Amino acid sequence: MKVVGGLFLNRLALFLPLVLFAALTIVLLLGLDKDPSELPSVLVGEPFPSFSLPALHDADKTLDERDVIGEVVLVNIWATWCFACRIEHAMLNQLAEQGVKVIGLNYKDNREAAITWLNERGDPYAFSVFDERGRLGIDLGVYGAPETYLLDATGTIRHRRVGVVDDRVWNNEFRDLYAQLIAVQR
Amino acid sequence: MRPRWSMGLAVALFTSVLFGSENLVEFSDESLRSRYQTLITELRCPKCQNQNLADSNAPISKDLREEIQRMLEQKMSDREIKYHLTSRYSEFILYRPDVNKTTYLLWGSPFAILLIGLLAALRLNRRNKIDVGSLDKTVIDQESRIAELLKSGEDDK
Repeated sequence: MKVVGGLFLNRLALFLPLVLFAALTIVLLLGLDKDPSELPSVLVGEPFPSFSLPALHDADKTLDERDVIGEVVLVNIWATWCFACRIEHAMLNQLAEQGVKVIGLNYKDNREAAITWLNERGDPYAFSVFDERGRLGIDLGVYGAPETYLLDATGTIRHRRVGVVDDRVWNNEFRDLYAQLIAVQR
Repeated sequence: MRPRWSMGLAVALFTSVLFGSENLVEFSDESLRSRYQTLITELRCPKCQNQNLADSNAPISKDLREEIQRMLEQKMSDREIKYHLTSRYSEFILYRPDVNKTTYLLWGSPFAILLIGLLAALRLNRRNKIDVGSLDKTVIDQESRIAELLKSGEDDK
């Protein structure tokens, strides 16, 4: 009986490499779908960081986190040097038209160029914060523009999108959560 | 003429690179410089896939190097600086990640694989020994049997 059991285990052990190979294949296949350049968003669920920076349109006016917090709002990181922001801009204009409050964070940009850009393409932002050195960008974990954050009325970051927000992204990632947050606010 | 000219150019370019990298970062205390060097080689550029902050030319890497320099001057410890950055950019930026519940497999698997290899080696070793032993015995048996047969054959003559 003992010998038979031992033989059975030996036979089973022969399949071990195959099982390991299958497991590795599954793990690697799952890995294929992931985007290695995407960083996990550690700030989702955290309060919007405090800051003190000038307004884009008025260098003498200082803005801080209290200007951002209070209602459901999108915070959009943009710059004139950012090519994808050109593509995104029409979508932001459209959202602003629909009544979504969008706040701009002009990131490491030139003030005159940024104002000209908004004059030419339309200004979807309730106001824009001028972050010339990217300090608020670092506190937000920004690593490229555009990025968009959805904040609830308490100033907690509820969603983050790295890259362009277009119709598809809005419908898939933002729309329902936004509607839900607005409903809670009222 | 031409080789000498290109040699001069090479020297000029090379030294300018050296001067550039040496003089860029100023510290109030020189002991901060080695910590700075270690930190920027161990931290990864968030925008690039396979470069650390020291090697990367990306604007975000430049900003983060300045941020690290600023934090060093503020007498923050290496641990605090890493925490400050991972709480913004996630563990992605650590080239030497901490051991925690998402990384135990990463840290543990080399030892697990080594252990499996050792066990397999021991097992094979033991099996081989047994085989050699029984083989010897068979050979001896066969030899004595041949001798016996030969002897009985001689007897029959």
